[in-house]
Amino acid sequence: MTVPGVRATARIGARADGRGGTALPVLEGEGPIALRRTRGSGPGAHVVLVGAMSGPLGGDHFTVVADVAEGARLRVGSAAATIALPGQTKDEARYDVRLCVADGGELQWLPEQLISAHGSDLYVGTQVDLGANARLVLREEQVLGRVGEEPGRLTSRLTVRIAGRTVLDQELACGLGAPGGWDGPAVLAGHRAVGQLVVVRPEFADEPAVARVVGETAAVTPLAGPAVLVTAVAPDALRLRRVLDEALVTLEGSPAERTA
Amino acid sequence: MSRAALLVLADGRFPAGGHAHSGGAEAAVKAGRVTGAASLEEFCRGRLHTAGLVSAALAAAAAAGADPVSLDAAADARTPSSALRVAARKLGRQLMRAARATWPSAELDAVAREFPKGAHQPVVLGLAARAAGLGAVDAAYCSAYESVSGAASATVRLLSLDPFDATGVLARLAPELDRVADAAVEAARRVGDEGVEVLPAASAPLLEIGAEVHAAWAVRLFAS
Repeated sequence: MTVPGVRATARIGARADGRGGTALPVLEGEGPIALRRTRGSGPGAHVVLVGAMSGPLGGDHFTVVADVAEGARLRVGSAAATIALPGQTKDEARYDVRLCVADGGELQWLPEQLISAHGSDLYVGTQVDLGANARLVLREEQVLGRVGEEPGRLTSRLTVRIAGRTVLDQELACGLGAPGGWDGPAVLAGHRAVGQLVVVRPEFADEPAVARVVGETAAVTPLAGPAVLVTAVAPDALRLRRVLDEALVTLEGSPAERTA
Repeated sequence: MSRAALLVLADGRFPAGGHAHSGGAEAAVKAGRVTGAASLEEFCRGRLHTAGLVSAALAAAAAAGADPVSLDAAADARTPSSALRVAARKLGRQLMRAARATWPSAELDAVAREFPKGAHQPVVLGLAARAAGLGAVDAAYCSAYESVSGAASATVRLLSLDPFDATGVLARLAPELDRVADAAVEAARRVGDEGVEVLPAASAPLLEIGAEVHAAWAVRLFAS
């Protein structure tokens, strides 16, 4: 029996409003993904992704598109963690995120965790295209299984391009059915939370960040371009967030930057 | 195509400096994640399906004649750890020297000029295979095997592991090595039409993190 999954696309478009602030001429949720503009400090626009249903379930295909124009500043979060669940079909679910930031634009993409529930099968593809002088903070956190639960299958690819040049292309596959060794000593070694934080800033071109470790299970490393990646594994979501937050605070120059 | 040339290139005694690198095994042993033959096998398996697959695909694509500059950039994007990028270029430069002396070729000379600090090792390996008259399949096998054999022999030294056990690990991984080499060649075949984006990008967080932890040590037995 074939049960078609849900297909939904949410779109955010941010533009400089000409008065030092950011307008959102496009703010379109669809189906299970709702978008809310919220108040926040600083000159940027703040949007929260609200999952109106649980999901994605097997066979679903969600897409979120955010487009930040020159001079606009956008911060996107989510109201709660996203939980990948098994569906009525055995098909893979897919979640695509397409982020575009023009020269002089700034995006902070800080959603809550993605949790891979037992029996789920999800592919997440995140593609970021940045102008030469765009700024980005992007956080991605995956939690393998709810408390005490074996994870489903989760494959996640993250690609970041700056001025057309790919500076980061990483795919992580884990859970039941993933290639062997994913939970072994080279990949996750039993850790149930894994995360990445990408910070892109034009200033890194002249003054690259210095590689350093944060404890034994997280590292900050300059990429081959004006960008930095923080990679961390942790026993759980809480401890992962703590490490990524700590790394972000040390990477951000001034408190003003933190409140885009 | 000469089968004997493959043996020369894949020989652990080929003077390309690989013996000085542990493929992340030294960091994993120190952290207590690799303690014997069983954990070494899981370590190698994880490495094979991530860094091994990526390297094998890069090597296969280079052997098939894809543009080395694009492949090198693709390797950079797939190697977020700056310590690993430095190690890969150092190994690439050493391999380039050995390959040019062994199989002189104008193509190798041109790439050596283009990358005075060294290109990523898998790219050079593919070009060396090409200069030796070998093909994409040979390069993929060579690179995939190297991705686990170096870690296994390093662990023999680090843990005083029985060499028979380490070799047993490699033999048990052979069927998976076949599959990784197949996938690598298939991806490499698509590069001509679709660009380097189709190359696998499988990553291993603890290899990346471990490489940075390792690079920060004052004293170490292996370079990476």
